Amino acid sequence: MAEPRAVTHLRAHDDPPAVKAALILAAVAVMAFFVVVPLVNVFVQAFAGGVGVYWRNLVADADTLHSIKLTLIVAPIAVGSNLVFGIAAAWAIARFHFPGRTLLTALIDLPFTVSPVVVGLFLLLLFGLQGTFGPWLRAHDLKIVFALPGLVLATAFVTFPVVARELIPLMEAIGAEEEVAAVSLGARGWQVFRLITLPNIKWGLLYGVILCNARAMGEFGAVYVVSGHIAGKTDTMPLRVEKLFQEYNLPGAFALASVLAMLALVTLFAKTALEWKTRRDLAEAERLRSNTSTPPARS
Amino acid sequence: MTTDVNRRVLPGFSLSLGYTLLYMSLLVAIPLGAGFLKASHLSFSEFWAAVASERALAAYRLTVGASLASAVINVVVGVLVAWVLVRYQFPLKGLLDSLVDLPFALPTAVAGLVYSDLFVEQGWYGRFLVPLGIQGAYSRLGIVLVLVFIGFPFVVRTLQPVLEGLDKDVEEAAACLGANRLQTALRVIFPSILPAVITGFALAFARSLGEYGSVVFVSGNMPFRTEIAPVLVVARLEEFAYTEATAIAVVLLTISFVTLFLINLLERWSKRHHG
Repeated sequence: MAEPRAVTHLRAHDDPPAVKAALILAAVAVMAFFVVVPLVNVFVQAFAGGVGVYWRNLVADADTLHSIKLTLIVAPIAVGSNLVFGIAAAWAIARFHFPGRTLLTALIDLPFTVSPVVVGLFLLLLFGLQGTFGPWLRAHDLKIVFALPGLVLATAFVTFPVVARELIPLMEAIGAEEEVAAVSLGARGWQVFRLITLPNIKWGLLYGVILCNARAMGEFGAVYVVSGHIAGKTDTMPLRVEKLFQEYNLPGAFALASVLAMLALVTLFAKTALEWKTRRDLAEAERLRSNTSTPPARS
Repeated sequence: MTTDVNRRVLPGFSLSLGYTLLYMSLLVAIPLGAGFLKASHLSFSEFWAAVASERALAAYRLTVGASLASAVINVVVGVLVAWVLVRYQFPLKGLLDSLVDLPFALPTAVAGLVYSDLFVEQGWYGRFLVPLGIQGAYSRLGIVLVLVFIGFPFVVRTLQPVLEGLDKDVEEAAACLGANRLQTALRVIFPSILPAVITGFALAFARSLGEYGSVVFVSGNMPFRTEIAPVLVVARLEEFAYTEATAIAVVLLTISFVTLFLINLLERWSKRHHG
């Protein structure tokens, strides 16, 4: 069995090397099976016919091209409005205490638990032809579902917590001292936000926007229901992927899917980089707050 | 009280809270309210006929069953991955850690497309599994597997900070008192990570319940066999059976709300016990 000498080298909270190796191997295998191999598979399938075929699959198909354009319109509108909301919600929740604060925080998470399909259905019930506002919309020749506004609404609903959820814990961790100090020195509301809050939260904010954008561009269920699947009109990128899949055009589906997968990879990269920056900024703020007489060592 | 100081000192309380509430009511409360209102117009027998049809019951069973199964698998796999990422050093660990979040960032349609392609007969997994009689594509197994992918980050990410915060001295003390490593794991480590594990489980479960985009690719969507509840909602919609779709949606929503409520209770409970 284990030699006593080796055991004395082990700290009591360390696992034996064999257990350690086995666990690492198992974890890597699990990650490979569920995450890495599927990710690699997207790109291998997309490029199976060579770069030329890949490019043609993307740009020669007018409907695919249109879906990319549509996604590039829908996502920024949804992300922009969720960004404004996220900042307002984080300011209210992380800076003030008020009755119902806990409830409000819980309600912000709601879209994460509501099925996207249900979101789409409820928008149909409101704005569809037989919906609550249907007759009025038709009388005024306005279209919401099966058109751009419906796509934006559905996307915004599903992704609206993302920015707020990034910002609330971050602003709570930073604390209000600097802002209170700025106000006591005579700064006005907008100045406090622009000169104190924004520089403090910028990395977290940026990540929130990037993640929200990835979610918005990839949203499927809610958009599927409100879009009406009109090819070349209301198909966003994920919807187009599904349609190509249904038409057995796998190379086309994978080519478009690979663009979305690249977007996901960029998002992950941004997360890693920005989290590192946020952690560094928070640590520095902590060091300044503890106000040690020795200046922080910088390498 | 710092809270009162903030409200007197910092500007923008009514503006930010007002905008938050306005935005949430316009975007969220009105559609949700409209849905429930529509459902409340149904007579009880209409509602019951839609909600309790054989096909709907089969869909709920599959949705809840597949979500439970995937959440259980995620607990096992998530504890393993979180433990390895927090406690051990090995090459490419940072990359692996970043990739844990891939299911959050990857569009569900892409996940569905790839998973269905991996498990078909010529697919990378299917060519090994199909000869063994394991059908991963267009089957219930496929639904569970893709839901494992969708819910993968939840357990890992709720567990990681808790594992990082564990006091290693306690483990050392257990060892000094004669516990072997397995006993320490079961009696010392496991109880302190249990609340986080349960939270991660509930989050993965809740996410799986409503999942549509990925499942629609892999399941084949056969009524009674591989049709989950959100797919049934869409199927009813495409038949213009709005009433039935709404009734089933209300059932789905209720399950989601109950799960969300339980998660919040759980978090409060674990904060009281470990905060």
